Amino acid sequence: MTPKVLDIWVYLSTTPLLGLTITLVVYQCAYWVYQRANFHPLLNPVALSVATLVLLLTLTGTPYQTYFDGAQFVHFLLGPATVALAIPLYAQMGKLKSLLLPLLAALLAGALTAIVSAVGIAWLLGASRVTLISLAPKSVTTPIAMGITEKMGGLPSLTAVLVVSTGIIGAVTAKYVLDFLRVHDHGVRGFAVGIAAHGIGTARAFQVSEEAGAFAGLGMGLNGLATALLFPLLIWLFGLG
Amino acid sequence: MLGAITLLLVYQLVGEVIALAFKLPVPGPVIGMLLLFLTLLARGRISDGLRNTANSLLSHLSLLFVPAGTGVMVHLARVADEWVAIAAALIGSTVLTIAVTALVMRALMARKEQA
Repeated sequence: MTPKVLDIWVYLSTTPLLGLTITLVVYQCAYWVYQRANFHPLLNPVALSVATLVLLLTLTGTPYQTYFDGAQFVHFLLGPATVALAIPLYAQMGKLKSLLLPLLAALLAGALTAIVSAVGIAWLLGASRVTLISLAPKSVTTPIAMGITEKMGGLPSLTAVLVVSTGIIGAVTAKYVLDFLRVHDHGVRGFAVGIAAHGIGTARAFQVSEEAGAFAGLGMGLNGLATALLFPLLIWLFGLG
Repeated sequence: MLGAITLLLVYQLVGEVIALAFKLPVPGPVIGMLLLFLTLLARGRISDGLRNTANSLLSHLSLLFVPAGTGVMVHLARVADEWVAIAAALIGSTVLTIAVTALVMRALMARKEQA
């Protein structure tokens, strides 16, 4: 680099502008690739963006904290976005009322299975306590999962990575699991994917059918709430608190 | 638009204050979501401004995960150390959760149709 270019880089690398702009640019490139690949679940735009950003930051020797000073403006919006989940939830009220008992029972069973099996398997394989706590809310949409982990002494940024991975795994495997179990009802299929794989699973369900997508969105919202309420109780029962 | 964003922030703020004041283990934005949901139930309708703002915010939901997800670079050592446990837990638990949720819901819907 010539001295002049170096001066510009030194200036830019310390302002929030660069971190914010690079996040938006990289995400939109990743989304374009995802779209071009016909929304293939393995080319998830979040996974692509994260991989690209980690590579860019490592190559330029930029510490994560410096990047986050800019990216925090995007990160902040997770709060209002969580509050906004009340709107699709309210829009599904009609369905919620007519299937109240099956939905609530499936919600409780699914929410408990998600937390207990994740923590159980990782515990059996010798994962550390911080990892167990960060792993437990993996099936819930990121803003809620990160909030829960932060409160309980896990690592929110690790949780974010685990949540995104869970969403991708759910979106890829759901079809095979549900076909194997001969579950054909689109409402049931969608709800199961929404409970297990939050927003990424919901986006996938909407590509299959409108009904599956609506039930997935409902499952995502309800599981966010159920896990936020159940998790502190389970941590206490597991003796991890 | 501005009104709707302000409304979302006010609910989040109230949620945070309640979570702190009562030392609740539930995140503030979740309480805000619950309060907004109850408000909508009580009012019985959603204004167009609120619906549009929520839709545009939620349609870019996955973008909002990117800054936190990039934090994996700080945890690379931990993930490398425990990758077997983490991968097994993620795949096993996700498949199990899909199966359990679907089977419970189908069983209860079948019972309801018989009744």
